[in-house]
Amino acid sequence: MLKNKTLDKSSSISLRQPDLKGEIKNGLLRSIPIMFGYFPIGFAFGVLAVNAGLGILESVLMSLLVYAGSSQLIAVSLLAGQAGLLAVTLTTFLVNLRHSLMSAALAPHLGNFNIRQLAFFSYELTDETFAVHSLDFKKEENPPPPRVFTINILAHFAWVGYTLLGAWTGSVLTNLEAWGLDYALPAMFIALLILQLENTKRIYVALFSLIFSTLFSLGLGGHWYVIISTVLAASLGLALEKANR
Amino acid sequence: MFNLDGKIVIAILLMTAVTYLPRSLPLLFLSGRKLPAGLQIWLSYIPAAVLAALLGPSLFIAEGKLTLHLPANIYFWASLPSFAVALLSRSMFLTVLAGIASAALLRLFLA
Repeated sequence: MLKNKTLDKSSSISLRQPDLKGEIKNGLLRSIPIMFGYFPIGFAFGVLAVNAGLGILESVLMSLLVYAGSSQLIAVSLLAGQAGLLAVTLTTFLVNLRHSLMSAALAPHLGNFNIRQLAFFSYELTDETFAVHSLDFKKEENPPPPRVFTINILAHFAWVGYTLLGAWTGSVLTNLEAWGLDYALPAMFIALLILQLENTKRIYVALFSLIFSTLFSLGLGGHWYVIISTVLAASLGLALEKANR
Repeated sequence: MFNLDGKIVIAILLMTAVTYLPRSLPLLFLSGRKLPAGLQIWLSYIPAAVLAALLGPSLFIAEGKLTLHLPANIYFWASLPSFAVALLSRSMFLTVLAGIASAALLRLFLA
């Protein structure tokens, strides 16, 4: 086992020199669809963040550090609505909890990554990078780190760049709601939700959550409807599976 | 414009932490091990549950009321083409473009 590992390492080192350029180029090509996908969301985030009262620096900092589009968009609307830090943090946690499933799904393919590479890789694990990597990893075991990190770093860089562009645009132009940019967030949720509805139980869970959160928010207001309705709906899913057995 | 507000910076740092944990813990510690089956099933329903919970009020509530009437509730009507594009294309990029365009067009014609 150990022998194999050192052997693999030395062979990958001897191969790395001639391959490095090719792998970086490969990564660049594979990152193009992600860069397209990020544009409307990253730009809209920048615009909406400054409209919600964040500064350009704060918007860019959020994209650089948090790097999770849907939760960033929710967070700026919550912050604009004077929500507390606890509600912002918990909502962000729940919205981004889905990435743990993606992380678990990719784990078996990254046996050739060391702990620092894994730590860095997971920092840049988004819906879009997951989609590209999981397609790639299906075709080959032990993906080369230079290619993987080229994809991730370029995608992250693009996300921050679009945020800066949007924040700058939003601070110069006003009334961008007329352009429909505020719809980037619900549209993104719609796309992500459709991708999740792979069986009827998931559809029931989604319908329950849709109705429950609407009634809860209507009746009680506040910012807790997301958390409470998510926990209840996921528990309904678990109950449906248990009942099915 | 370039100021840093204390509450916002703290929010960003907390968000960074709670975003990084679910992204990294399975990759760092779970490779080879498995979560309890019940927890795994429960977690698998979180994405659909949370996305629907976020969508519900934004699609059905406008101006503080349960209504589907235009021009108050543009969000619901813009969701129909968005759902259609999402179902057909399964692409986030195209869905977001369809949503933005639908919302903009509805506002243009109803204004």
